Amino acid sequence: MTPKFGIVTFPGSNCDYDAFYSLKKVLNYDAQFLWHKEKSFNNIDAIILPGGFSYGDYLRTGAIARFSPIMEEVINFAEKGGIVLGICNGFQILLEAGLLPGVMIKNESLKFVCKDIYLKVVNKNTPFTNKIGKDPIKIPIKHGEGNYFADTQTVAELEKNNQIVFRYSSPSGKIDNAYNPNGSISNIAGIMNKKQNVLGLMPHPENACDPILRKTDGQYIFKSVAESLFN
Amino acid sequence: MYKATVIVKRRPAILDPQGKAAEQGAKLLGFNNVSKTRFGKYIEFQVNTDNEKGAEKEVKEYSEKLLTNPIMEDFEYRLEKI
Repeated sequence: MTPKFGIVTFPGSNCDYDAFYSLKKVLNYDAQFLWHKEKSFNNIDAIILPGGFSYGDYLRTGAIARFSPIMEEVINFAEKGGIVLGICNGFQILLEAGLLPGVMIKNESLKFVCKDIYLKVVNKNTPFTNKIGKDPIKIPIKHGEGNYFADTQTVAELEKNNQIVFRYSSPSGKIDNAYNPNGSISNIAGIMNKKQNVLGLMPHPENACDPILRKTDGQYIFKSVAESLFN
Repeated sequence: MYKATVIVKRRPAILDPQGKAAEQGAKLLGFNNVSKTRFGKYIEFQVNTDNEKGAEKEVKEYSEKLLTNPIMEDFEYRLEKI
């Protein structure tokens, strides 16, 4: 069976077409856009909240998008166990919506960072990572506010429940502050909820799918989701 | 009608990269006695009601629900009849 991804377009989303292209043209999955004003969606197997600058990020990243009409349905979908993947700005929206714990603040360097980074796959046994055949994986980041913060207790809880899925690492998988591109606490790049159906990550797997780009590690994440949906 | 003033402050435990950067600049400019620089937000708006309790409730809810993220920010507000 072919999984069907729903990609939410908020005003200011700019990676929605990248996600659509990678899912549909590169991976041959089914994909459709969902406008943020829609109140419902049907026959969707997994939701993608894409990267970008929803509502200009003027108040706080993701703060306004979180109240878009479609988000109520996305929250219902997640509560029923539906797969939701928030990438970059999508991750920030998941945090503002309370589907994932913590907040995102400005990069420690105050600079927008755009480069390929390595991700240590901390938890390989999730619907988002079960098909990842190597570790670490190489995927690009492009953000100005990807500095993940949560209080000590929350981070301890995330660790205890294996909710930390990706950490920024060296090319050999070493976790160290030297490989932390934005100041995130504990080098956190991606976390999921306890039920394992909602993942937020700052790196962009959709920008590492097409072989023409000479990096395809992002495919692993979407293939994992497809695999977990039908097995 | 009321004029509301909301001051948003980043919670003490949260790193403030802007404050940190400003302080680095302060050192370069020779402001050697400056420390603990923190950036916040100053927001003002009108509340179109003459009911003080109602205005207060609205300011609080607006601040809690939208203007701030309680995980990283605290706020204080002031109401002034206009």
